[in-house]
Amino acid sequence: MRLQISSRLAIFAALELAAREGSQLSVAEIGEKYGVSSHHLAKVMHVMGRAGLVRSVRGAGGGYQFSGNPRRTTLLDIAQLFEELSSVESDAAHDATPEDAALRQVLNEIDDIARATLGSITIATMRKLVDRRANGREPVKPGPRKSLRT
Amino acid sequence: MPTAAKTRTAKSEAAVRVRRVQAADIPQVIGLDTRVTKLAKAAYWNDIFRRYGRRRLNERFFLVAEGGETRAERRVLGFIIGEVRAWEFGSTPCGWVFALSVEPDERLQNVGDALFEAISREFKKAGVSKMRTMVARDDRLPMLFFRSEGMMAGPYIQLEKDLE
Repeated sequence: MRLQISSRLAIFAALELAAREGSQLSVAEIGEKYGVSSHHLAKVMHVMGRAGLVRSVRGAGGGYQFSGNPRRTTLLDIAQLFEELSSVESDAAHDATPEDAALRQVLNEIDDIARATLGSITIATMRKLVDRRANGREPVKPGPRKSLRT
Repeated sequence: MPTAAKTRTAKSEAAVRVRRVQAADIPQVIGLDTRVTKLAKAAYWNDIFRRYGRRRLNERFFLVAEGGETRAERRVLGFIIGEVRAWEFGSTPCGWVFALSVEPDERLQNVGDALFEAISREFKKAGVSKMRTMVARDDRLPMLFFRSEGMMAGPYIQLEKDLE
């Protein structure tokens, strides 16, 4: 499964901000770490702000703070702000054949599991996973390095 | 964290003791489960106590978290039950947690953490290095809790079928 760039950016931003409770980070600081443009990140932060997950702090040294509950905000809560993650509804009009219907059933099972997984990981749990990897307690599986630059 | 909340957390953490269940705890276990699930099942819990609170205690663990400083104040804040199972579904021996509950007004006070850590220690002492559980996908709180304890998806997929 892949998440859209905006969803990934929003999750990364939430992780950065939640790790700094009571202080704030600018869009430029977050963007620099993940190699993304401030322009795109600002749009992402705006959406998160409307959802009540971050709040902007104005003035010198201003930026964003995480305003959600890290122990209750899940990756699904964030990703759903940017993309549709629901299963395809049963619709006889789209299931022209029994093969269509059977394939939709299987694909929906995959979607359900993916959604359940994203909905079970909070920002606080993700921070623990990140810290375990950073501390070398979890092997990092090699994979193709993808740029988030937009 | 606000001072009041910090004080409450520190007090709760200090006051929570995890120990093996006793017969006198079962009415409180039944009461807690009834409040949480809205289903009273006294016969089930009495049977669970007979099987997991009295027999094969080297591999079966029915633990309760108790709060309160004085004898009069003491009450069950939560419980966890598990056992070492071997060779089911081809698995080598591992610890299975099949019940966990915490008083709703005591959640986020580390009662669940204390229970989870205690049963983890018991499983380790029993010689297993892996523990498992099963949670309904839409059962949000237990799912978030077990995930926060570091549990990840395992190598099994649960399958089922409606019997016609």
